[in-house]
Amino acid sequence: MSRPGIPPVIIAAAAIAFASQAAMAGEPNATRQRELSRLLVHECGACHGMQLRGGLGPALTPGALKDKPSESLVATILSGRAGTAMPPWQRFLSEDDAQWLAAKLVEGGVDAVR
Amino acid sequence: MRCVERFSAVLAAFALAVAAQAADLRGTGDLGVVVERAAGRLQIVDTTARKALSRVDGLGDLSHASVVFSRDARYAFVFGRDGGLTKVDILEARIVRRVIQAGNSIGGAVSQDGRVVAAQNYAPGGIKLFDADTLELLADIPATSGADGKPSKVVGLADAPGRRFVASLFDAGEIWVIDARNPRAPAVERHRNVGRQPYDGLVTPDGRWYLAGLFGEDGLALLDLWHTERGVRRVLPDYGRGEEPLPVYKMPHLRGWAIAGGYAWLPAIGRHEVLVVDTRDWREVARVPVAGQPVFVIARPDARQVWVNFAFPDSARVQVIDAETRSVAATLSPGRAILHMEFTPRGEEVWLSARDDDRVVVIDTATLATVASLPVAGPSGIFFTSRAARIGF
Repeated sequence: MSRPGIPPVIIAAAAIAFASQAAMAGEPNATRQRELSRLLVHECGACHGMQLRGGLGPALTPGALKDKPSESLVATILSGRAGTAMPPWQRFLSEDDAQWLAAKLVEGGVDAVR
Repeated sequence: MRCVERFSAVLAAFALAVAAQAADLRGTGDLGVVVERAAGRLQIVDTTARKALSRVDGLGDLSHASVVFSRDARYAFVFGRDGGLTKVDILEARIVRRVIQAGNSIGGAVSQDGRVVAAQNYAPGGIKLFDADTLELLADIPATSGADGKPSKVVGLADAPGRRFVASLFDAGEIWVIDARNPRAPAVERHRNVGRQPYDGLVTPDGRWYLAGLFGEDGLALLDLWHTERGVRRVLPDYGRGEEPLPVYKMPHLRGWAIAGGYAWLPAIGRHEVLVVDTRDWREVARVPVAGQPVFVIARPDARQVWVNFAFPDSARVQVIDAETRSVAATLSPGRAILHMEFTPRGEEVWLSARDDDRVVVIDTATLATVASLPVAGPSGIFFTSRAARIGF
């Protein structure tokens, strides 16, 4: 999870700082939403397809996600899925970020962030 | 005298006509295409003039699009995520044919004789062979495996000598060698239990070896294409994610793997390293620390330099490794989100896509100075026609 060369203490401190910031933040602001939309299309899209219809990773369309509880989507985004290629994104995303992304996916995927 | 004059006039008119026609003719050796992935469009580029010549629209979903070239280097075959296979005439800048051949495709290859185009598909998982002229479907080879006959995603498809194709099955952990001498009735040789989750593969430039990277475990699967009867063996037991796997934010690509000068330069998986491997015995001889998780590791055609780009969040940098000292000689910041790198045929320049800057940047590989910058909307892959003559491209 940590990058080589960065002491775990610093990672932990950063994580705490990030987490406390996230706890106060609520819904991501407009700038952050644009960043997250870009991340969804390009970085998530690298494996799930830019239209999120699937690739090496599964489809993330509203239809494909309809039976998945929101908490499990958020957990997958933040912590990844062991045994698969899905990495944890908590180094880059707060809980609010992940909740916003999960909501957008269920709402309409890439169409919801355009 | 009068006769001579008349003859000269005819000759002059003829010369003019030839000259006019010659102005319309040109070769394709210094041309290429750049994928504008969000726009579903290609730009056709000229690497001598360092400029875009034209655009071709209507190619569908080009996320992760890849391109191979016809044997005559006039046509580009474009594989799109939506399963589209499009044949583009580079000289006339138009779509010649387009078929939707699968639900979800990831790339393809052209046979040694140039007559067959093979597509590798995720959904439904399998390989399809097409006539390179007409895109007529010649054979459909579902990647079913195991007792339940479950289809597998196909990755790492490459052409090999003997009019063969080689590919890996991500879910089934198999490598297939497809003899396409009779493309309507291809023969498939299956190698089972090659390792968990092969995620990409390549054929070495000499056409002898097929290597598949494994995501699900450490090591590489190696097949000797001179002796496929000897089966797949495992090499480089320390290559992989290791006992404490790091998250991988983008799958490294093997197609760009640098195999040059007797060494293979491989992107580590998750770690910020490039591995140097002696191809005579497939043993690791060095590791080069780099600035992020490598995605493409590509040697300049003369093998003097090895260029590396990186996964999110380090994708704004590119590093140049000195192949002699096996250390990073330069770190460049050519733009935001560098997705791909392509050398001109003999390597005096390299073209880089800077996706988030909507530019393609051209760098002189000797001085490392930027010599040109072209506006391209969200560029991803860059493919030059010199690939047409290379095994495994």
